[in-house]
Amino acid sequence: MDTSTHSSASSSANSESTNARERAPSGAMSSVSVGNGENRVSKATDKVKLKAEGVNVFYGDTQAINGIDLDIYENEVLAFIGPSGCGKSTFLRCLNRMNDTIDICRVEGKITLDERDIYAPDRDVVLLRAQVGIVFQKPNPFPKSIYENIAYGPRLHGLAKRKAELDDIVESSLRRAGLWDEVKDRLDKPGTGLSGGQQQRLCIARTVAVSPDVILMDEPCSALDPIATAKVEQLIDELSESYTIVMVTHNMQQAARVADRTAFFHMGDLAEVDTTDNIFTNPQDQRTHDYITGRFG
Amino acid sequence: MSNFALIATLLMLMALAYHLGLTRSRAVASSRDVRLHSRPGYYGTLVALWCGLPALVIFLLWSFLAPQLIDTLVTGQLPPELVSGLGDREMQTLMRRISALADGRGVAGGGSPEELAAASHMARLQTLENIALIAVMAVLAVAGLVLARRRISPTWRARNQVERVITFALAASSAVAILTTVGIVLSMLGEALRFFSFIHPADFFFGTVWNPRFSTAGSSGQGEFGLLPLLWGTLMVSAIALLVAIPVGLMTAIYMSEYASPWLRSIAKPIIEILAGIPTIVYGFFALTVIGPFLSMLGDLVGINIRTTSAMTAGIAMGIMIIPFVSSLSDDIITQVPKSLRDGALGLGATKSETIRQVVLPAALPGIVGAFLLAASRAIGETMIVVLAAGNNPVLHANPFEAVSTITVTIVNQLTGDMDFASPQSLVAFALGLTLFVITLGLNVIALVVVRKYRQQYE
Ligand SMILES: Nc1ncnc2c1ncn2[C@@H]1O[C@H](COP(=O)(O)OP(=O)(O)OP(=O)(O)O)[C@@H](O)[C@H]1O
Ligand SMILES: [Mg+2]
Repeated sequence: MDTSTHSSASSSANSESTNARERAPSGAMSSVSVGNGENRVSKATDKVKLKAEGVNVFYGDTQAINGIDLDIYENEVLAFIGPSGCGKSTFLRCLNRMNDTIDICRVEGKITLDERDIYAPDRDVVLLRAQVGIVFQKPNPFPKSIYENIAYGPRLHGLAKRKAELDDIVESSLRRAGLWDEVKDRLDKPGTGLSGGQQQRLCIARTVAVSPDVILMDEPCSALDPIATAKVEQLIDELSESYTIVMVTHNMQQAARVADRTAFFHMGDLAEVDTTDNIFTNPQDQRTHDYITGRFG
Repeated sequence: MSNFALIATLLMLMALAYHLGLTRSRAVASSRDVRLHSRPGYYGTLVALWCGLPALVIFLLWSFLAPQLIDTLVTGQLPPELVSGLGDREMQTLMRRISALADGRGVAGGGSPEELAAASHMARLQTLENIALIAVMAVLAVAGLVLARRRISPTWRARNQVERVITFALAASSAVAILTTVGIVLSMLGEALRFFSFIHPADFFFGTVWNPRFSTAGSSGQGEFGLLPLLWGTLMVSAIALLVAIPVGLMTAIYMSEYASPWLRSIAKPIIEILAGIPTIVYGFFALTVIGPFLSMLGDLVGINIRTTSAMTAGIAMGIMIIPFVSSLSDDIITQVPKSLRDGALGLGATKSETIRQVVLPAALPGIVGAFLLAASRAIGETMIVVLAAGNNPVLHANPFEAVSTITVTIVNQLTGDMDFASPQSLVAFALGLTLFVITLGLNVIALVVVRKYRQQYE
């Protein structure tokens, strides 16, 4: 990735690393809009939340990610797009070390969260994952009650000292996920009994309940109908107020609707990352251009 | 012509029929220049079936009925002075002698003139019957072949008919399995009912003393047939076995499915499964020569007298035997828990053991309970280990270090040696077998229901 070629004029003159900035000023963001033309305001700050430097990922002997450098800013919504099998999920899962659960997977390079290396030997994965939560493509509620699904994370990390506190966390998480009104009367019913869209919002609430800084989402809407999708998108927009969100999506309109910036992956490379508007209206990379105009993928 | 030669000839004829059907259908197709309904192979198969099946059915019916017919005919011809005053048993012996003579085998004493006459009569009938059978089968086979071959035409739906025959054959095979099961249960039920005509069911099911006496001891004292000491022994040994097998098996399963490296798995799993392949008699003498003495040595250390053969000895050996049963079933079930669930917990920051304890095991629990129940039914039905190691002492007591007896052991005892199937001493075996069957059936049904429920959860 060559960041200097498409760095845009940055509004934040006080930023020390203007040449590394790939972001449009927030103002430009809301004035030029793609997709359904809906206006959204970026809540992104200038602070680099997650930083990847020269990340390579291997599955056994085959390399899935080739030397990716990427900065992710606090409270931004960053979308990963690209053809199937290009390594979006793989890279996303590096960001909270979910790849550790795959035996044959090996990660090289450096990824820092708030300037601390997450792959450092003394780094506690448990705490890392509490800070960087993840929501998967397929809703995967635990076969427990709705209440227990949400309470699981806070219990794990000892976030609530009393039952009342736990109740509060459960309620506020469900409210944030826009699910409270639908389930408040059946908190003791199994989470697996909800509809697909509700299950996905339950999983988001479950992630939110441990109050992470960053939420990773891997195609969170791919199993949902348009109405449930709209709800989740609205939720993402609200969550970006207090969380940094990185999401993989195959739906380019969705990227256009919710993301401040979009990264285009191609065969293990990060081909291009820029403001969502630029990616969709003025891509610099030929591969991006071909992809969004539908020539492959 | 022996039956074997007859069937071999029929099979050769079927091969010929297949070939004829094949060539004929090809000829039909090319001469009239039309497409056949089915591929030639189906016509060949169908001709072969028409040739073989009717003859085979006749053969089976004939082999079943003809000997009875001949017996009746021969019996009818026997001189009255030979038959008069013979009981059922003697009559059977006589017929056996005659048929031995007819087959050309000798009999003890050489056979009386009347017997020899009857035997030659029987031999004549048998030759006649054999020739008739061959003739009938030949006519059927050839007729089937010719008719079927003539019917070959482009519109004959040979494929559908062959499919129907295959379906029927498969259904018939299943029917054999099912009917056998039903037959076994019914015969057990019948004999058990006979037993209950000697002993009142309440005395059997609720009796606390097992003391059957010998059937030869005279009909005055019938002995006591109380089930409870045996049932108690069975449950005690099985419970000990499960106490050994469940923790070890479950932990093995967790280790194998969640922690072991693929390399270790590939080595360790077959070794564990070998445990399941060891004949139970081997476990029996392992219990007798190793576990029993070891336990009694331990007993000596703490100053109590422990017998080498006891519920504990048999239970431990049986527990070792069912470890692989529990571990491989639980392993399967644990691996079936979707990875997405584990990822969900890990993604929230749970450690591996937290994930397993709090998410994977609860999700797998119904299936694991099913595995336990299957293991339990296995333990309850186990015989050889308890025969050798439990001490055969059908007395109601609560000490696991004392000898006990189980239902299975008692069945063995009642059915070995001289026996008379009209006495309650032997018939009780059927009542015991039926009880055992009902217990294990119940456990299996519950286990299957539980496992199925678990499956539904993820499909
Ligand atoms: N567990 C795994 N073991 C081996 N190879 C894997 C594994 N997971 C992914 N890969 C390989 O890594 C490459 C990237 O996969 P990844 O799942 O990251 O793609 P993706 O961009 O998320 O695709 P999709 O859009 O279809 O989800 C693919 O070639 C895939 O075959
Ligand atoms: Mg993916």
